[in-house]
Amino acid sequence: MKVARSELWAGRTLLLALMAFTILPFISIFMTALHPSGTVPSGLEWPENPQWINFVTAFNMAEMPKLFASSIFIVLSVVPATLVISTMAGFAIGLLRIPGSRVLLFLFVFGLTLPFQGIIIPIYFLERAIGIYNTRVAIALPLIALYMPFAVFWMRAHFVNMPSELSEAARVDGATTWDLFWQIHLPLARAPVASLGILTSIWTWNQFLLCLVLVEDPTQRTMAGGLGAFQGHYANNVPLLCAGTILILVPTLLIFILFQRQIISALLQGSVKG
Amino acid sequence: MPAPAKSTTTSIGATDKRFVTPFLSRRTHPSKRVRREAFVGWLFALPALFMYAFFVLVPFLLTILYSFFRWNGVGPMTWVGVKNYVSVFQVPNLIGTIFNAFWLVVWFSFIPVGLGLIVASVIHRVATGRFGSIARTVLFLPQVIALVAAGIIWGWLLALPGLINQMLKAVGLSVITRAWLGDFDWALPSVGMVGVWVLLGFCAVLLLTGITKIDPALYEAARLDGASWVQEFIAITVPLLRHEIGVCLTVTVIAALAAFDIIWVTTAGGPGNSTAVPGIQIYILAFTQRAIGLASALAVMLMVLVVIVIIPIQWLTRESAQ
Repeated sequence: MKVARSELWAGRTLLLALMAFTILPFISIFMTALHPSGTVPSGLEWPENPQWINFVTAFNMAEMPKLFASSIFIVLSVVPATLVISTMAGFAIGLLRIPGSRVLLFLFVFGLTLPFQGIIIPIYFLERAIGIYNTRVAIALPLIALYMPFAVFWMRAHFVNMPSELSEAARVDGATTWDLFWQIHLPLARAPVASLGILTSIWTWNQFLLCLVLVEDPTQRTMAGGLGAFQGHYANNVPLLCAGTILILVPTLLIFILFQRQIISALLQGSVKG
Repeated sequence: MPAPAKSTTTSIGATDKRFVTPFLSRRTHPSKRVRREAFVGWLFALPALFMYAFFVLVPFLLTILYSFFRWNGVGPMTWVGVKNYVSVFQVPNLIGTIFNAFWLVVWFSFIPVGLGLIVASVIHRVATGRFGSIARTVLFLPQVIALVAAGIIWGWLLALPGLINQMLKAVGLSVITRAWLGDFDWALPSVGMVGVWVLLGFCAVLLLTGITKIDPALYEAARLDGASWVQEFIAITVPLLRHEIGVCLTVTVIAALAAFDIIWVTTAGGPGNSTAVPGIQIYILAFTQRAIGLASALAVMLMVLVVIVIIPIQWLTRESAQ
């Protein structure tokens, strides 16, 4: 390939600069987190006496074990339910083509651009009325519903491309609709289901608005919701706030580093299909 | 019927079969069987539809309903017609949030997409190896962390003793240092910077995936002719990435118009109302000022706004090949 030397270096410099722009914020909060609690250090300064204890303090103050357990609970109640019901609906719309499936698909696609803020007010009153306000269920149930437009659309895109011969052959052998779903098409849908699982897990872990509105107790929220509350309490103690933020970031960053290829491709495919 | 030319029957037969065979294969009570199939099929769709209807469609309709009433959330509701909408247009603090949202589009959308295009084509041209894949991963990183965390990190970077001012001082620009998020003129661009940080990598990586799908022969031909990066960029990369650019614009414009998390933790709409966007204002109106009707009217306008902005983007960037 013919690429001039000057161009090569100009390009690489640009990339390095942007990588620095991306990474420096993380380094800055890390260094800040090591300064004595309550002090106001400057942005990028290695402390004389690194206070690793800040992480322990933040861990206890943010009630990290409770918060972590709460997040896991919410993810585990949202993600499997989302996967199951959206896969079934995608199967019905994309493969069985049930009567009215076009209308049904349109109904779900309509929800794709709906901002959460647009419908949060009635959700709040609805949940007060049915008595689940201020519980983890209050976050989980609407989240499952809010994922439906995307999740159904995503699974339908998979099923609509499956060859019809497969279903016909099974029908001839006397398979019921349930057999068709459970024994033939579900095993073939593993890849899109896995991607959808990754996406909805990340979105749930990072969900903030629903936590803020629907749950007052920070330890009943997701990690992101808990972080919001932590910031409210420790806004003036910068080192502790940074330490707390890092603790909350660690699980996400670890998972990203371990599964980066799958996560990147899931997020990209997700946006292209959406 | 005598057998006509074979090619036509097979094609027609194949399409017919797809719809008919599953239902009629047994030839017994066809209509009953069809109805049973449809019933079972609907059972599959029902759980998703029920959840969606209960927690999305009903609230959507209720938001529209609330927007025609004056209501504090507990007392009686008073019908006020379109008065709430008139208020949204007339009160500067409310209509201002929509202007702010559009201003934010520049930062959340135009800059990440524009810069992302450049980054993607640079990676494609000069960094195809290991360096390129590291750059890809690093730039993508902010996309997976919670927006709340991004907001907190940048809240500190943009503070008076934070990194941004420290760097400005280091290059002799201490005159312009300030508490960026507390400055009436600079707060919105500062919040916008957070958006650039979060969304740049996403756009760059998505566009890069698009570039790798472009026929390499085009680039080789261009390079044999001695095309510079700029020529290659304008003649090949941008036009052939129309669809991917459309996707990036759609995602980032929605992120801008419906912004909440980042702004809530950095400025909460302040100073004054200089960074208030509809999402923030809806929250404040509904949950601290208890003006449910007004908040709902703004929410309806936000939802309409998103659709109005997204449709032309989708329409302009559809793949013309199909």
